[in-house]
Amino acid sequence: MNLVKLTAVEQLEGLRSGAFTSVELTQAHLDRIASVDGVVHAFLHVNASGALATAAEVDRKRAAGETLPALAGLPIAVKDNLTTIDEPTTAGSKILEGWVPPYDSTVVSKLRAEMMPILGKTNLDEFAMGSTTQFSAYGPTSNPWSLDRIPGGSGGGSAAAVGAYMAPLAIGSDTGGSIRYPAAMTGTVGTKPTYGAVSRYGLIALGSSLDQIGPVARNVQDAALLHDVIAGHDERDSTSLPEDLGSMVAAASNGSLAGVKVGVIKELSGSGFQAGISARFQESLELLKAAGAEIVEVSCPSFQYAIAAYYLILPAEASSNLAKFDSVRFGMRVTPEGNPTIERVMAATREAGFGPEVKRRIILGTYALSSGYYDDYYGSAQKVRTLIQRDFDAAFAKADVLVSPTAPTTAFKLGEKIEDPLAMYLNDIATIPANLAGIPGLSLPNGLADEDGLPSSIQLLAPARADQRLYSVGAVLEKAHENVWGKRMIDFAPEVKAGA
Amino acid sequence: MAKAELMNYEQALEKFEVVIGLEVHVELNTKTKMFCGCRNDFGDEPNTNVCPVCLGLPGALPVVNKRAVESAIKIGLAIGCDIAPNGRFARKNYFYPDLAKNFQTSQFDEPIAFEGGVEVEVPSGQVYKIDIERAHMEEDAGKLTHVGGNTGRIQGAEFSLVDYNRAGVPLIEIVTKPVYGAGAEAPELAAAYVRYIREVVKALDVSEARMERGNVRCDANVSLRLHGAEKLGTRTETKNVNSLRSIERAVRYEIQRQAHILANGGTIIQETRHWHEDKGTTSAGRPKSDADDYRYFPEPDLVPVAPSKELIEELRASLPEDPATRRKRLQEAWGFSDLEFRDVVNAGLMDPIEETVAAGASPQAARKWWSGEIARQANADGKDVSELNVTAAQVAELAALVEAGKINDRIGREVLAAVMNGEGNPGEIVSAKGLEVVSDDGALMAAIDEALAKQPDVLEKIREGKVQAAGAVIGAVMQAMKGQADAGRVRELIIERAAQ
Repeated sequence: MNLVKLTAVEQLEGLRSGAFTSVELTQAHLDRIASVDGVVHAFLHVNASGALATAAEVDRKRAAGETLPALAGLPIAVKDNLTTIDEPTTAGSKILEGWVPPYDSTVVSKLRAEMMPILGKTNLDEFAMGSTTQFSAYGPTSNPWSLDRIPGGSGGGSAAAVGAYMAPLAIGSDTGGSIRYPAAMTGTVGTKPTYGAVSRYGLIALGSSLDQIGPVARNVQDAALLHDVIAGHDERDSTSLPEDLGSMVAAASNGSLAGVKVGVIKELSGSGFQAGISARFQESLELLKAAGAEIVEVSCPSFQYAIAAYYLILPAEASSNLAKFDSVRFGMRVTPEGNPTIERVMAATREAGFGPEVKRRIILGTYALSSGYYDDYYGSAQKVRTLIQRDFDAAFAKADVLVSPTAPTTAFKLGEKIEDPLAMYLNDIATIPANLAGIPGLSLPNGLADEDGLPSSIQLLAPARADQRLYSVGAVLEKAHENVWGKRMIDFAPEVKAGA
Repeated sequence: MAKAELMNYEQALEKFEVVIGLEVHVELNTKTKMFCGCRNDFGDEPNTNVCPVCLGLPGALPVVNKRAVESAIKIGLAIGCDIAPNGRFARKNYFYPDLAKNFQTSQFDEPIAFEGGVEVEVPSGQVYKIDIERAHMEEDAGKLTHVGGNTGRIQGAEFSLVDYNRAGVPLIEIVTKPVYGAGAEAPELAAAYVRYIREVVKALDVSEARMERGNVRCDANVSLRLHGAEKLGTRTETKNVNSLRSIERAVRYEIQRQAHILANGGTIIQETRHWHEDKGTTSAGRPKSDADDYRYFPEPDLVPVAPSKELIEELRASLPEDPATRRKRLQEAWGFSDLEFRDVVNAGLMDPIEETVAAGASPQAARKWWSGEIARQANADGKDVSELNVTAAQVAELAALVEAGKINDRIGREVLAAVMNGEGNPGEIVSAKGLEVVSDDGALMAAIDEALAKQPDVLEKIREGKVQAAGAVIGAVMQAMKGQADAGRVRELIIERAAQ
């Protein structure tokens, strides 16, 4: 039996029934990493001994008949912008090379409390700025479906690790699509929960008002398992929601579309989307209808300003969030020749430590916040944000969930668009509005595009705090796809050729 | 540094109208810091009261200290401000090595308290209304110690040490509107205002309020304009003036300095200035223009501070009496004349006298010691009485010793000098030095008889009714007893002897 090919649910069943131990399961994933990650490069750091130690502890407790947490023994990968005590955390940047945080992020604490062996830290665009993982200071990650293509970003590492069976589950973070877009590129499932549903404490901030941590998985039920573990109020994050949003596992198990109104966002379909993606999307609307849903069209006219607003708000917040990387207390320090004043040391460190996309956004954000420009740029962008929230409010008055393709195209080649930031920013056209409004979104594989045989995807959006709807609708649609295609989407992925 | 030329003070006032503005920073005495659970005690071993939040480590998030918010509201109410129903924090962005995140979490356009006013009395008895623009919450920065170089400033230092114990300590900044019309009393008014704020925060028990420890710090803005001119003159901001006396001196100095420049056709540079206590001068700091760009924007990691009406009213009801009422009450309780009481207030002796009375001394005795010997010493040292090494309890003990006739006033002054010299408490010093007055009538009588033997005609004179003749003998006896006798008792004994 190839343990890594099992779903997370199946792996847990195997652990509970004694079919295999957590050490065996963890070792199987470590072996898989050793065999394919040389070509995929999903991981920046693998912690075999730490993962195996946790696994052994779970096995010991299970043998002793002790009560264990629900996901105990199930391995997991973590995006490298969440702090892990005693393990390097780089956020994909040279400026943090070698930094070992003295504290765990809240989400990582929860994984440890759940006794999930943490396999390692996954690759990302530097400080999560990018949609292809090519802006990682440690080299790009490849798409398991086609190694010369992007896995999406910024969380390409987490998506590729799960997509290539190196981990059954992974943690991602989504500021403008960094969980959903890589899920779309790799035929996996990724959720951005409602803003505040998961604690951001210990997540190296990109855009504080947009960032949200979420699960990466190969199917809806597996994503729900992880979602339930990481969600919940945290007193260390003032923006974390006080209320419990319910069980995602229960929502996924009791999925039903009877009487559900599904809104199709007019502005996120048709032109600008690859033909194969649009075709699959239309087929899914039919599947939803067949399952009992009512399809309605909704309009969100302010979405045309979403990318412009996002690329003012995000860089503004990022320029301030990244100011702490100054060489004084942690991380890289570059001492220039001559008189090393503090200003010169800070400048030299930031010059050497930050990559081009990071610098671009710091400059943009600094400009947008400058006195005299604030109202025109940051101020206007905040107004657009309000308009987008109103668009969603109006849309959700007509529909229970909204749908759109997650991404305008399937995975493109590594190196493409890299010199054209504006073209690159368009990758997130469908995902960004959810971050601006703080609402939850889930990306689900949606068949393969006819042109290139690569994964196509559909995004489900729900009102703030109604994360459960994503899972109940997602689970039904996933089942319908499986019936149409004869097997799960991920099973169409070609075997990764080690050493290719 | 060339010494600036000054215009004669009276001349300056004849020519110019003085406008001042005061920014007072009050350090709160909360147990923990503004945004984390670290102890608010920066006198500890450097960098021991620190955590990921106040060190600005990647991923850390702030949480507002509720007690600090309550203190801010109390201060706001006590100085007549309105309380914002939705106060927001903002980031003030600038790079400096003592600022862990390279932004200060402060408040910008939505301070917690705004539009207040207080009435302040100056030594002449004149009362001025000072309008308060705002009081806002913010965090302190770390403490820098510059090593090497001559100035103790960052320029020229070999290296600098940073202590982040102070980083994140809660501060309330109280800002006045421009204060007009104080004329020659502007320096006294500045000092009286800061004293008033000190009294307020002390009475509220929200700060230790010790200026010499930096619990209360004042930045004094001064500008001049020709009498009758509408436009405000260019102002300078003298930073961190740390005693009431220095505030008065610094404002006076700036008036004279600016007057000289303006009268000679020069222009005032808008800048911060440093106060030099030893020389009694200010020197140029950094240029400060209205174009200083801190790129303020709302702090996305914190939700607005929204105190309920109930909380505000509860805090309002808990406010102690205002300083004016308190003064009236204490003057009545102590039975001081208007003149006596005004002297006490202007010398900043109300608190120590109140504490000394509370410790058991009579009001007049407490006043005598504080406004006599102790104030004299403070004046000679150029310090505030609070900076001297003597406590209210020690003064009360001293007064009790005099009251009980154990020592006389002259010995009392000697004991007080020893107390301020750090030799111990009054009682200990009296016994250690053997200063207790000789209350043994036998010993006194022996000394009297010895003195009378040298001046045999004295007894006869007394018997004739010339009681003042005893004076010569008292002097001789006191000399023989090295001053350690109660002169009154000696007098009684001589008269008794004459009656025999």
